[in-house]
This record gives sequence, C-alpha cells and structure tokens, in this order.
Amino acid sequence: MTFWERNQLKLAPFLFLAPAILIFLIYVIYPIFDSIWVSFHEWNGMDKSGVRGNGKPNWEFVGFKNYITLFTDDEEFYVSLFNNIRWLIFSLLAVPIGLALALFVNQRILGIRYIKSLFYFPFVINAVVIGVIFTWFYNPKYGALTLVLGFFGLDPIPMLADENLATYGIIIASFFPGIAYTMILYITGLTGVSREMIEAGRIDGASGFTMLWHVVLPQLRPATLIAIVVTLVGALRAFDLIAVMTAGGPWGSSEVLAYKMYQEALFNFRMGYGAAIATILFLIMDIYIAWFLYRLFKNERSEK
Amino acid sequence: MFPTPIQNYSLKINIGYRVLLVFTLIVWLLPLIAVMLTSIRTFDDVLAGNYWTFPKETALVSNYAEVFADGKMAGFFLNSLIITIPTVIGTLFLSSLAGYSLAMHRFKLNLLVFAMFIAGNFVPYQILMIPVRNISIELGMYNSHLGLIIFHIAFQTGFCTFFLRNFIKELPFELIEAARADGATEWTIYRKIIIPLTIPALAALGVLEFTFIWNDYFWALILTQGDTVKPITVGLDVLRGQWTTAWNLVSAGSVVAALPPVIMFFILQRQFIQGLTFGAVKG
Repeated sequence: MTFWERNQLKLAPFLFLAPAILIFLIYVIYPIFDSIWVSFHEWNGMDKSGVRGNGKPNWEFVGFKNYITLFTDDEEFYVSLFNNIRWLIFSLLAVPIGLALALFVNQRILGIRYIKSLFYFPFVINAVVIGVIFTWFYNPKYGALTLVLGFFGLDPIPMLADENLATYGIIIASFFPGIAYTMILYITGLTGVSREMIEAGRIDGASGFTMLWHVVLPQLRPATLIAIVVTLVGALRAFDLIAVMTAGGPWGSSEVLAYKMYQEALFNFRMGYGAAIATILFLIMDIYIAWFLYRLFKNERSEK
Repeated sequence: MFPTPIQNYSLKINIGYRVLLVFTLIVWLLPLIAVMLTSIRTFDDVLAGNYWTFPKETALVSNYAEVFADGKMAGFFLNSLIITIPTVIGTLFLSSLAGYSLAMHRFKLNLLVFAMFIAGNFVPYQILMIPVRNISIELGMYNSHLGLIIFHIAFQTGFCTFFLRNFIKELPFELIEAARADGATEWTIYRKIIIPLTIPALAALGVLEFTFIWNDYFWALILTQGDTVKPITVGLDVLRGQWTTAWNLVSAGSVVAALPPVIMFFILQRQFIQGLTFGAVKG
C-alpha cells in the first residue's frame, strides 16, 4: 500500500477543499478583517508610506475617529441610514404581494405554465436595465407616469427629482424583480401544500381568509422565511438601482449606506471613512447571518 | 379561488378569471412591452411621445444596427460572455469538490468550514470593496477579465458550496462506502459517482450563476476602468449617457443587455426554478 492509499481518507478532505477555501479566504474572509482595520485609519488610497501635499501621511492610525465623525458630524450618514431602514421596511411588501399573485395564478387551466413564466421573467433582468426602464417611466416630460397622470387630469410628479420621493421611486422599481422572485418561491411552496389538510380544514368550516391564515400559510413557512431573508439581504445590498437611477441624488437624498460608502471611498478618496461605513453595514448584516446560521445548525442537529 | 379549483365555479367566473389573469399579466409586463415597442420605433415617433401604440413605421433593423454601430456594444457583450462563462465553470468545479468533501468526509472542522462558506455569502459587498480592489491592483489583475473572473469565482463558491453540500448529503452514503470498499480512490468517486448524480443540481446552479454574473454591475464598476473589459451592464450605463433622449436606442440596448439571461430562463426554466427555490419546500 502506498502512502496515499493508506491515508487518502484523511488527506482527501483537505485536497478537495483547499482550492475553494484558499480563494475564499483571500477574496472574502481576509478583506472583511482588512476593511475593519482600514476603518481605524485615515487613508487616501495612495502608497501607505507616502506623504500628502499638506505634509500629513497618506496612511495614519486614528482610532475610532471615523466612527465618531460618522455619528456626530455627518448628516448624510443619518439620511443614508434612514433610507436603509425605509428599504428594509418597504421592500418587504414584495412578500405579501408575491403571495397574493401566487395564489391568484395557482390554478390548472390551459396555458398556465406559460403565463407563470411570463410573470417570473422580470427576475432575471439586470438592475441596470430595470433602472433605465423606470427612469424613463418616471421622466416628467416623456414618461409613462406623466401620461397616466395626465389622463386623469393630474400634473406630472417628478419622482426621481423630488427629495422626498426619490427613494420610494427606486424601491418601487426594485419590486419588479423582487415580486417575481417571491412569487416563484410561493408557487413552488404551494405545490407542497397538502390536499388532505385543506379538506380537513374545509370540514372544520374554514374558508377564504381563515383557510389561508390557519391552513395554507403555516405550510408555506419555509417559503416565507426564504422570501423574507432574501428580500432583507437584497434591501441592505441596494446599490445598482440607486447608482443607475439617481446616483444618490437629488442632493444625496436617495443615498443608502452602500452607496455612500462607494462615494466616500472612490470619489472623495476617504478609504478609512468608507471602510467605517462598510463595517457598520456589515454589523447590521451580521444579525441576519447569525440568525440564519443558528437556524441551519439547529436543523442540522435535529436531523441526526 | 385557491385552494378551490377554478373549474368548480360557474362558467361566468371561469371566463372572468381568465380575462382578469391576462389583464394582470399585461399590466405586470407593461414596462417591458413599452421597452420592446420603443426599441423598434423611429426617433420621430419617440419624440412625438408615442408609447403604447404599435409603431407606424418600424425601425427594428436600423435601431439595433445603430446600437452596435460604433462597436462598443459588441465589445461589452463579448466581455460579458468572456467573464461569465469561465466564472460559471470555475465556480461549479471548485464548489463541487468542496461540497463533496463537506458532505461525505468526516473531519474536525467540517461544520466550521461549512459555516464560513454560508456566512461569507451574505456579507455586504462594500466590506470587501477596498481590499479586493487593492488585491487586484497588486496582483496586476485590475481592469482585466481575469481579475473579475477570479473574484466572482471566489465569492460565488460560498453559495454554490452551500447548495451542493446539501444536495450531495442527500445522496445514498452506501454507494460511496461500497466504492471505497472496492478500492476506488476519492478522485474516482468524485468523478464517477458524485458528478453524474449531481448533474441536476449543477445544471440548476449553472443557469442561476450565469444570470447572477451576467447581471453583475457593482464589481464591474469597482474592478474595471475604460471600455476594454467592461461587461454589458456597466456598458449600457455608459452608452445611455451618449444616447441621452434617444429612447429608441436606449431601449434597444436594454433589450440586448437583458436578452441572454431571459433566453436561458425560458429554455431551462425547470432547472432555474429548482435552483432558486432550493429549500423553499422542505426548508
């Protein structure tokens, strides 16, 4: 027996896992810690040992200064944080709307397969295209929204040019792929709903809303959980639509943390400050990560 | 309505349901219908503010020809393919290796490694942005296809390993034990047993990953500069600035940028939905 034959069961896991772990450590795990480290510095992104025009070093340890500035001296930070909260709350509307549409189309009639896939496919369209479509849709001069409002004798609403409306305008655009996704989840979930339990519910006199709430929804729990997790993570990741539709404007009113971070780091050359924003975003996301892992390992254990 | 089959209702309600269904679908797809119609309009037609009417004079060929006229669009499209295809193949290879090991090998840190792949997958992109950009610059891969491909492979490996590990875990362990007893090496087991049995999961992940990578905008923005490497998502954003109010061209460009994932979705819909709803039924 060669060395390999004797030991392959012990060695194989490492060899099989090595490429994935290595690349993941370099590009995902290490950057997390590096970003946190950068967030305690003032850095303009240039050579770390170099000196700026004003005599200050390019790279300087400043402790918690970036965080203190963020919380005490940056109104834009609160605008972004508040917008993130709006994204979190309003994008969840995609869950009940997706459920409603799923219930609506869940019938066996001729051609329903094609109708369902036509409902689904906005999900695969990229955010730039969605953003372009909705920017045009909201255009106060040529947009469809203006046309519709004009039909009812109303004045145009400049959705994306209005400080108070811009974020909502973008969230509405995000519903297009978002609802398609929750709908896909629920339609798949509905195929697993047990006929017997519905019959039993019917004998007990449940119908309409009580049937939905007490019999159908509990069986859709896994779909609901995934829909909520993915929608929330998506809301915290919101970036593409904002960049394409408003670039954070007007006057920074539609910025979110992700977009502000990008702006500070790459346009204002404040890497440390940007990293501090990213760290805060990361801490918020950690709540979900922890909850997801907890749930997963609880299931893992109960299977054994 | 659900759960009662529509067939149990009167004829009137049946007809009403179908009419309402088609109406809802049309309203749902209205933005896309408008884009498709506009992409074949003449510029005069666009300026006249025609939206929903079928264009009197179609400019299908000339609009799409103009979109590709200066060669940029074709370049962006090609870049998207050059980035997306190797990423999908590379990710599936690395994550199937890792997924097999995490599902079928017993070792101490197994669960910890698994947790790392899952957790990394939820991380906000911004926490990776500065270091990943610097790593790419230092390795000389900034503004190259390879730089984007390697990063995408790394990040997507998290999700795909999670998915494949759970899929492989459901396969009968006896098969592997029997093969081991027959003296098959681990590599042979991976190639001859695991991969053939995992084909449905690989297909589902393949279409899903193709869509994710094709639609990536953020990383293309961070890791490229100029027009030589940019994929079509960022490219469309650039061209939109040039076309300004020529909505017929913007629309045609949008259709081109959206098309490959849409085609893939309609052809491989079953795989696509299996991938997306993984865990939605059993959880």
